[in-house]
Amino acid sequence: MESYIWLIPVLPLAAFILTIIFGRWWIKEQAHWLPILAMAASFGLSIAAFVQIRGAEEPVILNLFKWFSVGSFQVPFGLQVDQLTSIMLLVVTGVGLLIFIYSKGYMHGDPGYYRFFAYLSLFAFSMLMLVMANNYLLLYFGWEAVGLCSYYLIGFFYHKPEAAAAGKKAFIVNRVGDFGFGLGVMLIFVTFGTLDYTGVFEAVGQGQASNGILLAIALLLFMGAMGKSAQFPLHVWLPDAMEGPTPVSALIHAATMVTAGVYMVARSSVIFAHAPTAMWVVGGIGAFTALFASFIGIAQKDIKKVLAYSTVSQLGYMFMALGVGAWSAAIFHLMAHAFFKALLFLGAGSVIHSMSGEQDMGRMGALARRIPATWITFMAGGLALSGIFPFAGFWSKDEILGATFKEGVYIMWGVGILAAFITAFYTFRMIFVTFWGKETRSDEATVKHIHESPKAMTVPLIILAIASTLGGFLGMPGQLNVLGKFLEPVFAVADEVLGREAERIVTMDVVLMAISVGVALLGITMAWYVYVRRAADLPEKLGARFGIAYKIVYNKFYIDEFYAATFVRAAVDGSRWVWKHFDELIIDGAVNGMGWLWQRGGTAVRPIQTGRVQNYMLGIFAGLFVVMTVIVVVMFA
Amino acid sequence: MSTVPGGIPIPVDWYLYLSAALFMVGAVGILTRRNLFIMLFSLELMMNAVNINLVGFSGFHQNMTGQNFVLFTMAIAAAEAAVGLAIATALFRNKKTLMVDLFDTMKG
Repeated sequence: MESYIWLIPVLPLAAFILTIIFGRWWIKEQAHWLPILAMAASFGLSIAAFVQIRGAEEPVILNLFKWFSVGSFQVPFGLQVDQLTSIMLLVVTGVGLLIFIYSKGYMHGDPGYYRFFAYLSLFAFSMLMLVMANNYLLLYFGWEAVGLCSYYLIGFFYHKPEAAAAGKKAFIVNRVGDFGFGLGVMLIFVTFGTLDYTGVFEAVGQGQASNGILLAIALLLFMGAMGKSAQFPLHVWLPDAMEGPTPVSALIHAATMVTAGVYMVARSSVIFAHAPTAMWVVGGIGAFTALFASFIGIAQKDIKKVLAYSTVSQLGYMFMALGVGAWSAAIFHLMAHAFFKALLFLGAGSVIHSMSGEQDMGRMGALARRIPATWITFMAGGLALSGIFPFAGFWSKDEILGATFKEGVYIMWGVGILAAFITAFYTFRMIFVTFWGKETRSDEATVKHIHESPKAMTVPLIILAIASTLGGFLGMPGQLNVLGKFLEPVFAVADEVLGREAERIVTMDVVLMAISVGVALLGITMAWYVYVRRAADLPEKLGARFGIAYKIVYNKFYIDEFYAATFVRAAVDGSRWVWKHFDELIIDGAVNGMGWLWQRGGTAVRPIQTGRVQNYMLGIFAGLFVVMTVIVVVMFA
Repeated sequence: MSTVPGGIPIPVDWYLYLSAALFMVGAVGILTRRNLFIMLFSLELMMNAVNINLVGFSGFHQNMTGQNFVLFTMAIAAAEAAVGLAIATALFRNKKTLMVDLFDTMKG
């Protein structure tokens, strides 16, 4: 196994290098082949690693070379594969491969075709480094690299000012979280003298750090997770990130990169298990975000924005699970979410593609007949997101809700159920408005042009639809929880700290499941009543009735405006002040003052240069006379 | 060692007086005359004042190095005169004059 795992990240890196160098002049329209092949090979190797790691007690660690060596600060460039990593590898390479293939159809004819695939490959490399790192610094490397790729890809249509601004926003907001994450990594090194996962977790287990320090480390790490995984109050960048091409939204801003925070907290489960307060913070923020973002999802008009807020909300669920120590439930939901959210985004992309680039749901409608493959697969994704039996989202969401209930955190459970209800409502609002109705509310040319997407796009949709439908059976409750058992070695230590029995299984609780399916069905029915049955009058009436509330929700609780008025404003005003008072006054003043000084000085001594050679001669003789006089005086006096 | 009639050697300070006088004549000439040719002549005077100095001390110290050096100086002086005259010729072609107080292009 050590012989090949290094190839998993290296292959996409090679594809990136070749594509970025030769893409523009040479590979051009064939730019998809290298990345797709590299990704397929990585996927194959990930499967091999997955098969070999089953049941292993210890992670497989491969130290490639020494990366840093400064005094006692030693960082190896080491890869690690354990059960958690192998699940992440399968998700990243598997979903990634499908999205690469989909991109071949979606990005066809774009002038930046090769650039797109090069960035996607670089992203794949970075994400694989992130999940395969065996120490926190290498994790940080991958963490920053995926952020960089995210920035590149959000601003892919860089000629659009909104896209460029969205890329910048994503980068800056992430910087806030990463600042905390970086401090957390430093604190880990200062406290334990190592950054290796195994070393750190052992040291934590031996009680080498006080509770306060552990709490600080856990909270700082979680700050990074909040940025990357778009948790309140750092969630603002993710909806704007939808300016990027749709496959990017699917791969980076739904299926993989944004789940890095969840992965990192799960990876650090030992640290979090020793810091109960931090776990409360994680769970609390997660639950709040789940509910908060689902509210915003109700009122969005842009189909991708709905999905973006839904992603924020689902990530909230995952953190809720982590907060109550249901590590494998979080990973399960991460996986299921990767399937169905990638599916929904790609489906939305297919819809947008068929509508000639239209994203406003208000101008869609009655698309079910026109693009049946997209419609059916989109339905599968919508049902999975709403948590309807037996789709993947049902099993994973219920495992999380069950875990919160079993832990006795009923308020979290209540929030989760409420969010599930809203989720079902906004999901089916989206589906009904887009696919149902009597006619497409768009102009004639667009309507005429509606067409099903090419095979390269529909085949990944179908595969993802199957995964979203059947993927949940990996994590059924009770003894059937294959995934939970598979992940057991990774979380054994953390579970022991938390006092869980090794079985760590939520028993089949039919009542809880019935409740959550019930509220989801209620949400769907309500959506049906409002947006199908009485589509003609009720949506408008409701909008008018709840005017202020609607406006607040539609404007995303004015968080962006709040940030603009406080942090952004402060930064801009502060910078302006420094510009005026420091840059212009002191720095420019010093530079200009130098020039002024020499200019005036030069003017003053200019008359000496008469240009007449005899004046100079006189000077020379005068100097000679002075020197001679001095010598004579010194010698004879 | 040169001698005056009567066999008394010429004292070294006589050389110095002569050379100083010659040097001052050259220096005053170069500072006061406006004609480039006269200035070049004055320059030669100053150079030869130095030569006299060298020869004088060569006799005084009974060392031939000084006289060797004078030969070099004269060779260089010849070259310098050639260059100087070439410059003077070129200047005259351009300005139709050799009065140096009219050459003040480099005035600051």
